[in-house]
Amino acid sequence: MIKVLSSSFNSSIQDLGRFGYGDIGVPVSGAMDSYSAKLANHILGNNDVDAVLEITLNKSKLLFDNESIICITGADLSPKLNNKSIRLNSAINVRKDDILTFDKPIYGVRSYLAVKGGFQTEVVLNSRSFYKGITKASAIKKNDTLPIRMASSESAKSFSTVKINKRQFTTTDIEAYTGPEYELLNKKQREGLNNTLFTISKDNSRMGYRLEELIANTLKTMLTSAVLPGTVQLTPSGKLIVLMRDCQVTGGYPRVLQLSENAINKLAQKATKNTFRFKIAF
Amino acid sequence: MTYKPYGGHAILIEWPSKIDENILKDVILFKNKIVNKDIKVIVDIINTYNSLTIIYNTAIKKIYDEILTLKSIYKEPLLQKKDKNYHWTIPVCYDQNFGLDLEEISNRTKLSIDEIIKIHSSTIYTVYFIGFLPGFLYLGGLPKKLYFDRKSNPRLVVEKGSVGIGGSQTGIYPIQSAGGWNIIGKSPISFFDTKKNNPCFAKAGDTIKFSSIGLEEFRQIEDQSKIGNFRLEKKIAK
Repeated sequence: MIKVLSSSFNSSIQDLGRFGYGDIGVPVSGAMDSYSAKLANHILGNNDVDAVLEITLNKSKLLFDNESIICITGADLSPKLNNKSIRLNSAINVRKDDILTFDKPIYGVRSYLAVKGGFQTEVVLNSRSFYKGITKASAIKKNDTLPIRMASSESAKSFSTVKINKRQFTTTDIEAYTGPEYELLNKKQREGLNNTLFTISKDNSRMGYRLEELIANTLKTMLTSAVLPGTVQLTPSGKLIVLMRDCQVTGGYPRVLQLSENAINKLAQKATKNTFRFKIAF
Repeated sequence: MTYKPYGGHAILIEWPSKIDENILKDVILFKNKIVNKDIKVIVDIINTYNSLTIIYNTAIKKIYDEILTLKSIYKEPLLQKKDKNYHWTIPVCYDQNFGLDLEEISNRTKLSIDEIIKIHSSTIYTVYFIGFLPGFLYLGGLPKKLYFDRKSNPRLVVEKGSVGIGGSQTGIYPIQSAGGWNIIGKSPISFFDTKKNNPCFAKAGDTIKFSSIGLEEFRQIEDQSKIGNFRLEKKIAK
């Protein structure tokens, strides 16, 4: 198991999400950047759906209580093992009593820690993804213990580092489809969505990102309908909300855009004050 | 009815934009037909007042073929017998310890607190769908007299089980949450239990009625409910 020595912000166990319960109001959840989460599992030879630890711009310190093989992907939060820098996107041997730390962000926002065999925290409604009201915990905190499987570290010797495309973290292009209510927008509103450089406000979380810039909203209210991770809602005040993995299953604001799966992953690696543009596919 | 892609992974089917029991029936019937097909690539089907959103586990390659498939499923007769709909009686304690906004509603609507309780607990509501929070029932049928605007400053904490009125809607908070509805009472029962096979007892198309209980009965049911010993009153819905 892993003992949490410190964790200053939202870090949570996530897999690829909780499906099949949307019609009783259960959010999908799952790794914000599913691309990085899957990559970490691939490098370790795990299954795609194995649970990983999502660390969000978080100075944290973890103690390994048993031997394991780990892989860190996603954001570079200066990971160190026993105070020595370790590589991202590579399998790393870990011994009992080793201490893993995350500290200064170099690029990206969310880092993923996979362990050989996946984290073994509780499964609720077919998923280990933390979500308040569904799982007992909604974030990891100091003194928590996270169960993992014992893995002999020998087998990791021959692994090399996987090259990743840094643009995944630095690009300002966020691809989107037109959303169900896009057709109700006038020319000026469409141009606004297409041409504005949007800024992520400080109000951003696993549920959604509010953006700073406004699009004048002239749309009539609509009946509550389904929303998805990646849905861009236009609120009455003209503010846009990009819904993320922990979003509710239904909402009443017009759904003007829908991000592609990879665009959600890219946005998940951005946070407060970062800017981007929607690249809308018609 | 219209069918359109909703991003790369989902298809949105919409009926005319209104809250209507006939539309509800058609939405549920279509949903059941799709569920019965047991299509492996479909991972979630979200029903609301006038829509179905079909969510696929991978990007949909041939969207128009998928839509044609759905359209033909719509036309098929329902082969398997559909799940029965139930009428549930939900105990609610309208004591002012819980009904934090009863007095304000009474002052502004000129209805006495007893009248508000009587109207609220003598109405039969229809479950249109479940959304917003796990186990949150969207109920239709609130009498116009009880329409009351949402609070301009939402509460940061609304307790689990709180019964509220928001505009033309009424409902129960299944888990603790922030919330802008006016709170008129509290139910001692659990609306969402992940330990159960079916975490939420109600489903779209069911009907419910609230029954007014006192503080003492509230405590009793709450205790029974905690250890799984309370059985809700239900009968086959008409």
